Amino acid sequence: MSSTRELPATPAPTASSGIKGKSVRRGDTVFRGLSRIAGIAILLTMSLIALFLVWRSIPSFTVNTANFFTTSEWFPDQTPPVFGIAALAFGTLMTSIIAMILAVPVGIGVALFISHYAHRRMSAILAFSTDLLAAVPSIIFGMWGLEFLTPHMQGLGQWLNDYLGFIPIFRNDLGQYSKSIFIAGVVLAIMILPTISALSREVFTQVPRGNIEASLALGATRWEMVRQAIFPFAKPGMISAAMLGLGRALGETIAVALILSASNSINWHFTEPGGNTFAANIALRWNEAGSTGLSALIASGLVLFIITLVVNVVARGIISRHAEFRGGN
Amino acid sequence: MATVGSGKFERSTSLLQDALAGRRLPRWGVGAVGLTSLLAAYLLNVLTVVDGVAGTFLVAVLLFVIGQTGWSFTVEGRRHAVDRLATTTVYAAFLIAVTPLVAVLGTVLVKGFPVFSAQFFTTSMRNVSPRSEGGGLYHALIGTLEQVGLAALIGVPIGVLAAVYLVEYAPEAKSRRLSSAISFFVDVMTGVPSVVIGLFIYTAFILTLGLPRSGFAASLALAILMLPVIVRTTEEMLRLVPRDLRESSLALGIPRWKTILKVVLPTALGGIITGAMLSIARVAGETAPLLLTTFLSQSINSNPFKGPQAALPTFIWDQFTSGTDASRARAWGGALTLIVLIMILYAGAKVIARLTGAKKS
Repeated sequence: MSSTRELPATPAPTASSGIKGKSVRRGDTVFRGLSRIAGIAILLTMSLIALFLVWRSIPSFTVNTANFFTTSEWFPDQTPPVFGIAALAFGTLMTSIIAMILAVPVGIGVALFISHYAHRRMSAILAFSTDLLAAVPSIIFGMWGLEFLTPHMQGLGQWLNDYLGFIPIFRNDLGQYSKSIFIAGVVLAIMILPTISALSREVFTQVPRGNIEASLALGATRWEMVRQAIFPFAKPGMISAAMLGLGRALGETIAVALILSASNSINWHFTEPGGNTFAANIALRWNEAGSTGLSALIASGLVLFIITLVVNVVARGIISRHAEFRGGN
Repeated sequence: MATVGSGKFERSTSLLQDALAGRRLPRWGVGAVGLTSLLAAYLLNVLTVVDGVAGTFLVAVLLFVIGQTGWSFTVEGRRHAVDRLATTTVYAAFLIAVTPLVAVLGTVLVKGFPVFSAQFFTTSMRNVSPRSEGGGLYHALIGTLEQVGLAALIGVPIGVLAAVYLVEYAPEAKSRRLSSAISFFVDVMTGVPSVVIGLFIYTAFILTLGLPRSGFAASLALAILMLPVIVRTTEEMLRLVPRDLRESSLALGIPRWKTILKVVLPTALGGIITGAMLSIARVAGETAPLLLTTFLSQSINSNPFKGPQAALPTFIWDQFTSGTDASRARAWGGALTLIVLIMILYAGAKVIARLTGAKKS
């Protein structure tokens, strides 16, 4: 934080303010106030999001005749209203877990490749191209997942069923492999890959040169250097990168909404069609929802907001506790 | 020059080398193993059940890993074998990551390009049924440009001002707690799902304040989504402005706010514009908040404050979920248009960053 060493707030009460008088300070007060308001607006937005979601979801809680947390069905507009988030929570969790299992190792591998394995000149281009992956809109990933990826996943699903089918989650009793939680998870993995790799890369490049060279000078191979010098230093950063990726996976909407054949049931056979997530459920049911339906969707959105908030706060907390990641340049 | 001692000498140097550096695989080792395993995989493809390009490639990679690690283990020892295995894994990870990028861009290009025509960009979907061909995305293009433009008009000033507060004013006493809270929640805000932001705009502005579902409501949601990116990049750029510049200006008796407006911000301008463009690129493809805050429309509506207004993402959503061949083709055309738009913004941001010599993205 050396770059922000204090500057005097207003010109010291000496000659200048004596000569110019109030006009100088008024401009300062106004501008300072404006920028302060802008800053506060951000805090305000965050708290207003929580406030309005709570307020507008209350009506649905009062009329719900089922347990909100343990019910799978979603019929808020029938009388009496019956709805709950069990299936949504299950689908959200499953897709995110699959995405994390696939994306975390690959993302960290990509980050390592770019920061310490690839040629220096090439790594800039490579970094740019993985960033491009982050620029592709969610809806395009959804369409791609449906039309391009699904046919290619058929074989893998079949293989899992044939050879690992004795483990219940890999079994597929329907013989259909499209529109499944598995495919949604794979697409999510691709979508959170840039988040994970960009953040880990940033941490990897901040490992002190001295640590790396000391390790190599002692005769370590490159991999041993990575394990001795880079990973210990970058561990908190890697963890928070993974968590930020998780946060993104939990909240992804349109791609999942396109891929899953939405059904609010809990099905452990994740290569079979079906499943639903918080975010996808909101997008899919929004336009046909009545007033209780809207309120119920807002309630599920509130749950999603709280979950992602917790994940993000923890991830950011880890980063900001290790101040060495923030300074550096 | 063969003397009696030379043989002995050579042997001793090679022993010395072994002791110091260990025996290594020859330089051509990696290539040889790679070629061999490719060839072997091809043979397996022809002769046995191994089938398909992907399967053959997978087998080749497996053979390569086994062959190289095994050879390295016998010649170089365990440590180097592990090192080589790790290197292969890291390279593989990168290939795995690049494949979907190529596949996505390729699919969009192949499926989207045939739809492109002058008509596609100059007409709307009014009176075009999902089944019939023709129609276009002119209405959606207008909608996206207006909504994203409005969002930028709202989001950029607030974001830049907030960053100014964090960098220029916050370090002064008293406000430390406030500024660290702002800084923390800007980071957290990055992770709030876009669908939740859409819900917020719906509950706050549409349900509570009675704003109609319109392009403007969508802009508000997009503006909130842009904020954290703008604040972060601007903050970074402002911190790069040398302190000397600020001090020289202040020393000339120029008030603080004028220093910021005339010296600090212009110096960081390139970076700030880059950040703004990246944030615009980020929100231009957002679909979920638009679905919650606007009505789908097939007609041209250039007034974002009134009536249903289409946008590229909702156009794609609508056409894709209509499910006919013609509408899906239009959806891919829309997807390609959207990607091209985003790439232009990205490339523009990079060019500006380079021209103004800003260091980071």
